[in-house]
Amino acid sequence: MFNPAELNVIGKPIPKVDALPRCTGKLQYADDLTFPEMLFCKIYRSPYAHAFIKKIDLSKAKKIPGVVKILTGEDFSIPFGILPVSQDEYPLSNKEVRYVGEPIAAFAALDEESAYQAAKAISIEFEIVKPSMSIEESLKQGMIHKSAGLEFGDIEKGFLESDDIFENVYFYEGNTHLALEEHAAAAVPDPDGKLTLYSSTQVPHYLHRTLAKTLNLPPSRIRVIASPNGGGFGGKSDVFSHEIVVSKLALLTGKPVKISLTREEIFYLHRGRHPTLMWLKTGVKKDGTISSMHFKSLLDGGAYGSYGVASLYYTGALQTTTYKIENYKFEGARLFTHKAPCGPKRGHGTPQPRFAIEIMLDEVAEKLQIDPAELRKKHLVQSNSITPNYLKVGSMGLGKCIDKVVEGSGWKDKFRKLPYGKGVGLACGSYICGAGLPIYWNPLPHSSVMIKLDRGGGVSVYCGQIDIGQGSNSMLAQVVAEILGVGPSEIKLCCADTDLTPVDLGSYSSRVTLMVGNAAIQAAQKAVDLLKKAVSEKWGISEDKINFKNGKAFNRENPDLSLDFSEAVQLAEAKFGAVCTVGSYTPPKSPGEYKGSGVGPSPAYSYSASVVQVEVDPETGIIQIEKVWIAHDIGKAINPLSVIGQVEGSVYMGLGEALMEEQTFRARYNGVHKAPGMLDYKSLTSKDMPEVETYLIEDPDPNGPYGAKEVGQGPLLPIPPAVANAVYDAIGVRIREIPLHPEKVLFALKNKAPKRSFPSFHAPKVIRVPLPSESPTTSLLSSDLLRSESLRVDSSPSSGLPPSSSGAVSS
Amino acid sequence: MKKSAALKSSAKQIITLNVNGRVYEQALFIHHTLLEVLREDLGLTGTKHGCELGECGACAVLVNGEPVLSCLLLAVDCIGKEITTIEGIADENRLHPLQKAFAELGAAQCGYCTPGILCAAKSLLDKYLRDDSRAVKPLNRERIKEAVSGNICRCTGYLKILEAIELAAERLNLLQNDPSQKILSTVYDKEK
Repeated sequence: MFNPAELNVIGKPIPKVDALPRCTGKLQYADDLTFPEMLFCKIYRSPYAHAFIKKIDLSKAKKIPGVVKILTGEDFSIPFGILPVSQDEYPLSNKEVRYVGEPIAAFAALDEESAYQAAKAISIEFEIVKPSMSIEESLKQGMIHKSAGLEFGDIEKGFLESDDIFENVYFYEGNTHLALEEHAAAAVPDPDGKLTLYSSTQVPHYLHRTLAKTLNLPPSRIRVIASPNGGGFGGKSDVFSHEIVVSKLALLTGKPVKISLTREEIFYLHRGRHPTLMWLKTGVKKDGTISSMHFKSLLDGGAYGSYGVASLYYTGALQTTTYKIENYKFEGARLFTHKAPCGPKRGHGTPQPRFAIEIMLDEVAEKLQIDPAELRKKHLVQSNSITPNYLKVGSMGLGKCIDKVVEGSGWKDKFRKLPYGKGVGLACGSYICGAGLPIYWNPLPHSSVMIKLDRGGGVSVYCGQIDIGQGSNSMLAQVVAEILGVGPSEIKLCCADTDLTPVDLGSYSSRVTLMVGNAAIQAAQKAVDLLKKAVSEKWGISEDKINFKNGKAFNRENPDLSLDFSEAVQLAEAKFGAVCTVGSYTPPKSPGEYKGSGVGPSPAYSYSASVVQVEVDPETGIIQIEKVWIAHDIGKAINPLSVIGQVEGSVYMGLGEALMEEQTFRARYNGVHKAPGMLDYKSLTSKDMPEVETYLIEDPDPNGPYGAKEVGQGPLLPIPPAVANAVYDAIGVRIREIPLHPEKVLFALKNKAPKRSFPSFHAPKVIRVPLPSESPTTSLLSSDLLRSESLRVDSSPSSGLPPSSSGAVSS
Repeated sequence: MKKSAALKSSAKQIITLNVNGRVYEQALFIHHTLLEVLREDLGLTGTKHGCELGECGACAVLVNGEPVLSCLLLAVDCIGKEITTIEGIADENRLHPLQKAFAELGAAQCGYCTPGILCAAKSLLDKYLRDDSRAVKPLNRERIKEAVSGNICRCTGYLKILEAIELAAERLNLLQNDPSQKILSTVYDKEK
């Protein structure tokens, strides 16, 4: 549909269209907003990991000067949750609290200090109950939120056909997003009973739905505006208690109400990476062919559902998109514990299994005496193929990615050849470019874009998408600018406002570039078609001879014949009326028809490969990252500058997870967070960050806008296993868990590392699915009936028990 | 509780602050931090907060040219001093070379840490602009890393930030990197 040689804006490393507001302090984030008569809100949160609320005494709090309104659990009767199947949270807890930090009461006051004093003056009688603080304990207690079992082909047959079998246990610690902007929300009531909520959210559409539900108001009376996010990484893609609470307070008081959370509160808000215990068994033939793989995962979900059902399935879904696996089985469960709820963090459920697989492949390569890069390259999934679990792979540039990092890093001269203490490790990864299926099952588009052309030549673009720092505003402007032939900075964007913009589902699952980009192409194409019709009439030439470029319409055959973009708009407006067009995008149907096939399908898959070079001090156990080489198959870089920024940011976050970041709790001290502050929750500083060599591989995907795929999440995936593999190369000890603290390295060197074991676990029900190659009779185009059934899997009541009915153990 | 209310009412005083060259004379709570006063009393919301405990660097501003964490400093301690925030870094409508470089190289992703980092970086470059001790302590990547090591950025992995500060320094003829050291990213090289 386009000629790469003719692109003027796409593929150019231009500054972001909104770079200047970000560099001048002019961009207004949620907490920067103030409104006349505004009240401030503070929330009182549970000090206990598990307790029943016996009595709440507000008498002292009510007497604090400046207090205007107090809400408790009694003020909310409707539960909420991001997934339709997990409507298990209340804005304020009424009876039971299941983690330290769970909201109990909200205080609106004339100023922040009075609200804080009032929250401190609350008096609550709790009945404290013993919490479950580990995967093992919750498994024993039967606190299973959701379990899943899927078998593709016949793994036992596969193991019989293999020459070698590898089996190990891996553990990936939980960690949190730590977006620098603390969550904030401001609710503004209108005199006519309508409400506007400004919030630092990645998902304005889901927030809109949830507010309508929990406030029991028609959605048409609620307007959600997502403020620019000061970083998200998945941490703002849930709907949170404080957003509902300030909305209710605004409606009740008739005044604007704002809340700005503290850093400590955000550690308890969490929704970050699930701590995941994994067991992996792989059967390989002599040449490294993976004849069988059996993977089990147990996820520490924390206290509530959040995205957990999807997180669980994601730990089992993307194993198959990198290397050919002949038979594959996944069994897993997400457990409730009495900790801050886990959810989606950059890579959502896939960094954990990727860590296990990429380390195991390193072990396989060593045993078979094949170079790890060669082993991977020999067994790559082919482009335009279907995986055993029915994921449709389009473009697949992993082979090129591996070649690039092998060549760039000097792998062949380094691997197993560096002196003791120094080492290199290689790992790969793959990620979705948007979830193929929506959270709410319906036939509506996942993304829409509206364009309005002004007589003066102005281009206004309306879309529900929200820029969280990843550069999606620029992507949208660049796509529209390319087609209309104007400069990207000429375009006015109106985004993430449920009153003004058509729905986009949100900035999560790496979906924005692909879905918004495609919707934008459609809308812009319709607009330029109207302009071409009008201009062709004026010039008396056919439409295909007209080209829009540099703010002008040209006759391709006679470039001297041109007119201004604004004149073209006026011609079109005179002929057709106001020039307003729309575009929408719905992902293609997935071929999978089995129960549970809803997680994993995507219009396209991105690929990454990385080599990490480390130096490990055997005396201190400290790991220094010397350099990272990473290649990412982006399909087509719409803006290489932004894409490289995303790759470097992913590498940074992956290194943090590999080396130091951990969200852990003190089981014996009421279940409080071990490090709820930025000093104790360690992350890399400018002095820790190594040099990164980034290679972009452009293997255009037919489903991507201009062939583009995702970059926000995928490049994180290879980093933790590449670090672990490099440590093995450096000092010869295999550490199968992260973060790789110096202590762990030292224990491992002394052969004293505590051995992790995997509890006895079998999914209660395993669905056997024939391999795509074995089911020629099954149409790959699912009928709507089958499709809706497969989607409903997540809406069926979960087999497990909610924590209240099973986790209560009197102390 | 009554005590705090009493403290509040008695603690407001008329205070004069010099922020970005403008003199503000305002009734302020004497126990409020510079961060609170800038954002809430003076409406200068360009200065951000990420922890309010001195851990993240988002609230960095310049006091007499030195980067300070405005969340750990009382506004009353800044009386008689020159305060510079992100709003005062550009020269009227002309961007500071740092701001220009940050925009060009994509050093601001979400932009939330950017004001604090720009302040820290400006202080560093200003010292080299003023100072003749450059030969003793050359301005190089290590010095730049050190200067912004108190500022947490969760988006960029710092590399584009370091490159942007180097680009600005280069344009101000301040950079003294070891020529053997690779300075700028491939993207910038391509653009050149």
